[in-house]
Amino acid sequence: MVRLRVIPCLDVKDGRVVKGVRFQGLRDAGDPVERAAAYEASGADELCLLDVSATREGRASAVETVRAVRAVIGIPLTVGGGVRRLEDAARLLDAGADKVAVNTAALERPALLAEIKERLGAQCTVLSLDAARRGDAGQPGSTLRWEVVVAGGTRRTGTDAIEWARRAVDLGAGEILATSWDRDGTGEGYDVELLRALSEAVPVPLIASGGARTALHMETALDAGASAVLAASIFHDGLTTVDLIKRELARSGRDVRPSPTPTPSTLG
Amino acid sequence: MSPDLVLVRTGVANVASVIAAFRRLGVEPRLSDDPVEIRRADAVVLPGVGAFAAGMARLQDAGLVAPLRARVERGEPTLAVCLGVQLLGLESEEAPGVSGLGVAPARTRRLVDAPRLPHFGWNQVEPDLTCRTVCPGEAYFAHSYRLDDDASLAAEGWSVARTREGEDFVAAIERGAVLGCQFHPELSGAYGAALMERWLERAALACAGGVV
Repeated sequence: MVRLRVIPCLDVKDGRVVKGVRFQGLRDAGDPVERAAAYEASGADELCLLDVSATREGRASAVETVRAVRAVIGIPLTVGGGVRRLEDAARLLDAGADKVAVNTAALERPALLAEIKERLGAQCTVLSLDAARRGDAGQPGSTLRWEVVVAGGTRRTGTDAIEWARRAVDLGAGEILATSWDRDGTGEGYDVELLRALSEAVPVPLIASGGARTALHMETALDAGASAVLAASIFHDGLTTVDLIKRELARSGRDVRPSPTPTPSTLG
Repeated sequence: MSPDLVLVRTGVANVASVIAAFRRLGVEPRLSDDPVEIRRADAVVLPGVGAFAAGMARLQDAGLVAPLRARVERGEPTLAVCLGVQLLGLESEEAPGVSGLGVAPARTRRLVDAPRLPHFGWNQVEPDLTCRTVCPGEAYFAHSYRLDDDASLAAEGWSVARTREGEDFVAAIERGAVLGCQFHPELSGAYGAALMERWLERAALACAGGVV
């Protein structure tokens, strides 16, 4: 059986790792290359690198950072942020990304997903889905529970997140990185209902993102159907390590890959 | 001395991770799609390329079918990764009517019993006792199609490593200095690096005229 994955996420701005709450109030969280190497040594199953400034500033993603991270890590790397055209995706793969996550541009022009899949394969094509709960969810006449937010969380779209995920998979997305806008950076736990709804809606692997603080949060996400759990703040801030989280998950019976080597208790 | 290592330029494959992994082992691969270079190189890597039909078309257009066949048939150091190992086989359900290189007697089919596709992530690699390069461990997979675990493989001298995701299938095959991996050794951390190192050692031995 394929193992459940634990994926540290590096949100990168101007060559530095940053982290905020609900995509805002970014603070410095270290050097991406050092972080990436430390996370691999601690048992990370994959890494995710998101250029959080790219879309709003309208530029292509942090190619140089990707190159530098790829040189030191021997695990898969998903890169997102500012991927607007097939050429952007190809450039990231050339720099050392293994999968490319598309968000805003795919919503504006869904054919982009099909183009990336056609040229680079479904195994490279990740839909990055930022979903926010609707205030009117559950009200009479409202069936829409989560809407897609784009442009680094700055714009609500009114698009049904579950419907969009289904369509994106039909177009070619081989994986969905589902971030709860409401939970991002809060440590309140993943939006498990969102994960369950997505997991039932699509047949591809689902990465849970937004809100993790504890191994228990991760267990509930995995039980809701996620194939992987992503977290940023808890690893950056040294609240725990990938190794400790995986040990806890293993103790509670979740099927994770043991860490490759004993790791230091604090991150470099 | 490190071997002359050539990475087949397929045009669409993601080779940056493969190059980075070999560099960490102290070997600088060259990219080439020249049939003569690929026939003569000490060691050749055939990386995964998007789709089966496009991959075979690319090999045919570049005149690489015969040189790659010759390498594998003679047991010359060759590493095929992901789609690469499927291309060694007879044909694929992904592209009916398109022949593979046909040097490994097995067919490629879609994974049907996996709970979710693509099969993304780390899974066990269980080599049979005759494997000399592939060791037990965990490797990273990213695919929806896989090579059949066909009895003809053993009959033609291939050793097989297996994995399981809903169904059993081929994780890797090896014969002499030829190694084909459905998983990505370049993305399989310390396990993958050690496997690539053993393959390079076997390649060096083969180039020195030793028995592999």
